[in-house]
Amino acid sequence: MPTPTAEAPATAKATTAIALDSVSKIYGSFAALRNVSTTFASGSCTMILGENGAGKSTLLRAAAGLITPTRGKVSIFSQPPSQQRHRVAYMSHAPMLYDELTAMENLTYFAALHRGDACACVGSPEMALRAVGLDPHLTRPVGQYSQGMRQRTSLARVLQTDPEILLLDEPFSNLDVSSAVHMVELLADFLTWPLPGGGSRTILLTTHLASLAEPITTHTLHMRAGQIIQPPTEAAR
Amino acid sequence: MKPFLKYFSHVLIHLRKDLRLEWRSRDAINGMLFFALLVVVVFGLAFDPTGFPTTTRQISGGILWVAILFASITALNQSWNREQRNQVLEAQRMAPSPASALFLGKAIANMLFVLLIEAVLAPIFVIFFNLHPLGDTRLFALILPLGTWALVVNGTFFTALGLRARNRELLLPLLLLPISLPALLAMVQSTTGVLTGELDALQIHSWISQLAGYDIIFTTVCLLLFETVLNAE
Repeated sequence: MPTPTAEAPATAKATTAIALDSVSKIYGSFAALRNVSTTFASGSCTMILGENGAGKSTLLRAAAGLITPTRGKVSIFSQPPSQQRHRVAYMSHAPMLYDELTAMENLTYFAALHRGDACACVGSPEMALRAVGLDPHLTRPVGQYSQGMRQRTSLARVLQTDPEILLLDEPFSNLDVSSAVHMVELLADFLTWPLPGGGSRTILLTTHLASLAEPITTHTLHMRAGQIIQPPTEAAR
Repeated sequence: MKPFLKYFSHVLIHLRKDLRLEWRSRDAINGMLFFALLVVVVFGLAFDPTGFPTTTRQISGGILWVAILFASITALNQSWNREQRNQVLEAQRMAPSPASALFLGKAIANMLFVLLIEAVLAPIFVIFFNLHPLGDTRLFALILPLGTWALVVNGTFFTALGLRARNRELLLPLLLLPISLPALLAMVQSTTGVLTGELDALQIHSWISQLAGYDIIFTTVCLLLFETVLNAE
């Protein structure tokens, strides 16, 4: 099978951020991913499209290192995902936050887990919350937030860790149009954030709302039944 | 920061979070307290502690640990629920933090919850069973924490192991009780020894040493295996 590749913009160095080599993920008799081979270049923003059950989330979770492929190999900057956790952030459609804690407490907790020698820079939880349009001093626990507010808090959680690779699974679900547009603007801004060691940031996102993500998308990839039916093609800008 | 200090700072981060979560919800403590008190009251009503003081002393060690064990199980069963809700566990797995620090933080938090219940339970237990220990009661300062840790460390581990199982609430006692038998034996024997005064100091210390050995072995095994359990699919 040919290796489809999401190339970075011409200005950026085309280092491979994520590589999937003949990756299959089989649950019982169901193949969520079938022999998928592709690479995503550093600096690219790839939108993965496909109907429900196409394997979009599985691909993202494999890239995040949250699932181990049944066959094949996933690498992040030529290393296993488990060794590159400090460079990757993953946001799913579930908020991945504690309901009983406030947004600030949640973010402070996760920021503390990321703080260390391996992380070159960790943003402030307060700044991250302000960036997504939330008041850091809200005393209500996250469990009492609306779905949209939770989603924005979740985005703040991943942005504050200053990741090189951002994996977003249905980031616009539960968001109203204006919040989704604001999120896209934030992601566009994120792509321009300088990295301490140079290089470019990479986004991989799945969505059913292609039109929303188009302004930041450099490449589009189509999946069906666990396979890539259209390799990453450069998006019309 | 030195790796050792960094590791313990991560344990403290997890511990602080678990204590804060419990302070907000009081899910574990309320459940445990109710269950432990129920066991003590029911056994207190079933026996006549004043009529048979020797028998009471002989069985009360066992009753105390039965109350603690079953109360712990109710709390331990819930100990990873908050991580499962909203897929927080996946965010934990993505964090560049040692998995064993997450485990240790939660096990220490669970230990503190159970110790708190023991602190409430102990005076009630003494009153209900009209207990006048005949041995060296200072040894409880060793027996109770060591025994509690034995239950909690395995309980926290096995709850995590059963997270993806359909009948996980049934799975915990099925796994925890048989594997805790050596520890339970040491806890009950040493507690009964102190209450009845029938065992000499050497014998009690031997049971306590067995308990400490059990704790060291199982804590090490749990810490080493936790990452595998956390990432199991």
